[in-house]
Amino acid sequence: MTRILRTLWKHVAGSARDLAPIVLVIGFFQYFILQQPLDNALALASGALLVLLGLTLFIYGLELALFPIGESLAHALARKGSVFWLLTFSFLLGFGTTVAEPALTAVANEAAQVAAGAGAIGDTDEDRSRYVLGLRITVALSVGTALLVGVLRILLGWSLPLLIISGYAMVIAMTVVAPPEIVGIAYDSGGVTTSTVTVPLVAALGVGMASSLRDRNPMTDGFGLIAFASLTPMIFVMAYGSIIAWI
Amino acid sequence: MDLMGPGMKTILSTSTDVLPIVLFIILFQVFVIRQPLRDIRRLAAGIVFTILGLGLFLIGLEQALFPLGRLMAEQLTDPEFLMRGAETLDFHWTNYLWVYVFALAIGFATTIAEPALLAVAMKANETSGGAIHVWGLRVAVAIGVAVGVSLGCFRIVTGLPLQGFILVGYIIVVIQTIWAPRLIIPLAYDSGGVTTSTVTVPLITALGLGLAETVPGRSPLLDGFGLVAFASLFPIVSVLAYAQLSALRERIPGRRKTKARNGAESTSKEVI
Repeated sequence: MTRILRTLWKHVAGSARDLAPIVLVIGFFQYFILQQPLDNALALASGALLVLLGLTLFIYGLELALFPIGESLAHALARKGSVFWLLTFSFLLGFGTTVAEPALTAVANEAAQVAAGAGAIGDTDEDRSRYVLGLRITVALSVGTALLVGVLRILLGWSLPLLIISGYAMVIAMTVVAPPEIVGIAYDSGGVTTSTVTVPLVAALGVGMASSLRDRNPMTDGFGLIAFASLTPMIFVMAYGSIIAWI
Repeated sequence: MDLMGPGMKTILSTSTDVLPIVLFIILFQVFVIRQPLRDIRRLAAGIVFTILGLGLFLIGLEQALFPLGRLMAEQLTDPEFLMRGAETLDFHWTNYLWVYVFALAIGFATTIAEPALLAVAMKANETSGGAIHVWGLRVAVAIGVAVGVSLGCFRIVTGLPLQGFILVGYIIVVIQTIWAPRLIIPLAYDSGGVTTSTVTVPLITALGLGLAETVPGRSPLLDGFGLVAFASLFPIVSVLAYAQLSALRERIPGRRKTKARNGAESTSKEVI
């Protein structure tokens, strides 16, 4: 019992240290720069307490479930030796976790407003919701493709820098072609898609795969999946914007 | 309690976020791998903790930090605050000094609190056998985000083209890749996407939109974007730079001698 309590205390103390900078920054600017008092200190304190508790539970839960499950699945798939199922799994994982991502939906809605404002699509609710759906599926496809290519890279031992740099070149090339109003949204969509739940799972998948394959180093081959997942959405979204403008 | 309504909604929406992924993994395990899941009780407990934890985390942020952060973004970009008693205000980029400082500080602070980054740092620490320190990686990434967000705010104020900055950032990454220690490169690339998650995105998006609304000649729809892109590009640069500096420090003869006594093998593997 004392052991559990001590572990829990260690986790809570860690979370408190993680959150201290935000509280300090906001406090400093509120008092010294803006010189305004805090209205509802009570709500603030209870909120901070919830954040603390939540972060602790989340990390604890990751260690109990998502990390082991991701790794054991990666090991099992690698042992099974079926490239088809491995690639299917990676694609579906990327597509599935992205298409429902709330942050993506929010960005897609703003993108629809920009597109309607620029006259690329009609300014009705129906046109906009069709555009939003198209954009979400585009980004989900791009993340699915990213994980597929990333896993293929781990299997075949392709060079990561070479792939990423060609990705950069494609981003630059698409920037020249794409309508200017989509560029900002496309660039942001790369960072938005990789959510708090997906990232640990994908990291576990890559490291698990690389460590169960011979001649693969979990450090140099296992990481890199998330890099793909934040690069391809930029390319796909600019392609989507160009096609919509072109039609 | 007034907290219960939105609270339950947040926990429900986290569940709909997490459960499909879990279901998908279980289906794969049962139908493709054809192996029963081991330790089901432990897994179930872990999944419940993950959902509950993320839910509470978001409720707390939504209740306490986000409203305040958004309010401060508005206040800092408010022309009245920027004038500070001056008769007229000519819109020069130096007037926004406090905005850049705030961007720097909040970028750093939110990244330290980002759960996804903590998860990846723990994984990297475990995978590298302790050569990559959890705090070293997190601080390096946080510095990158801080510089990125701050530079992104400067870009919105001045109205310089986003593409130019991103292109220069890419060129720097490519040059660094040539000389950086090989072990760190994949992790550095990953750190770009990892950082912009639950905590960072809402706060810096609010800052960008607030700026684009108040700076004359900027449109929130066209110029408000781009901060997330900056925040996911610059950590790559900072993590690579940190690894390069550590590698460089190893080469200084005096240091190496003292370190060699502690164990020659471990020094060559120290990356961050």
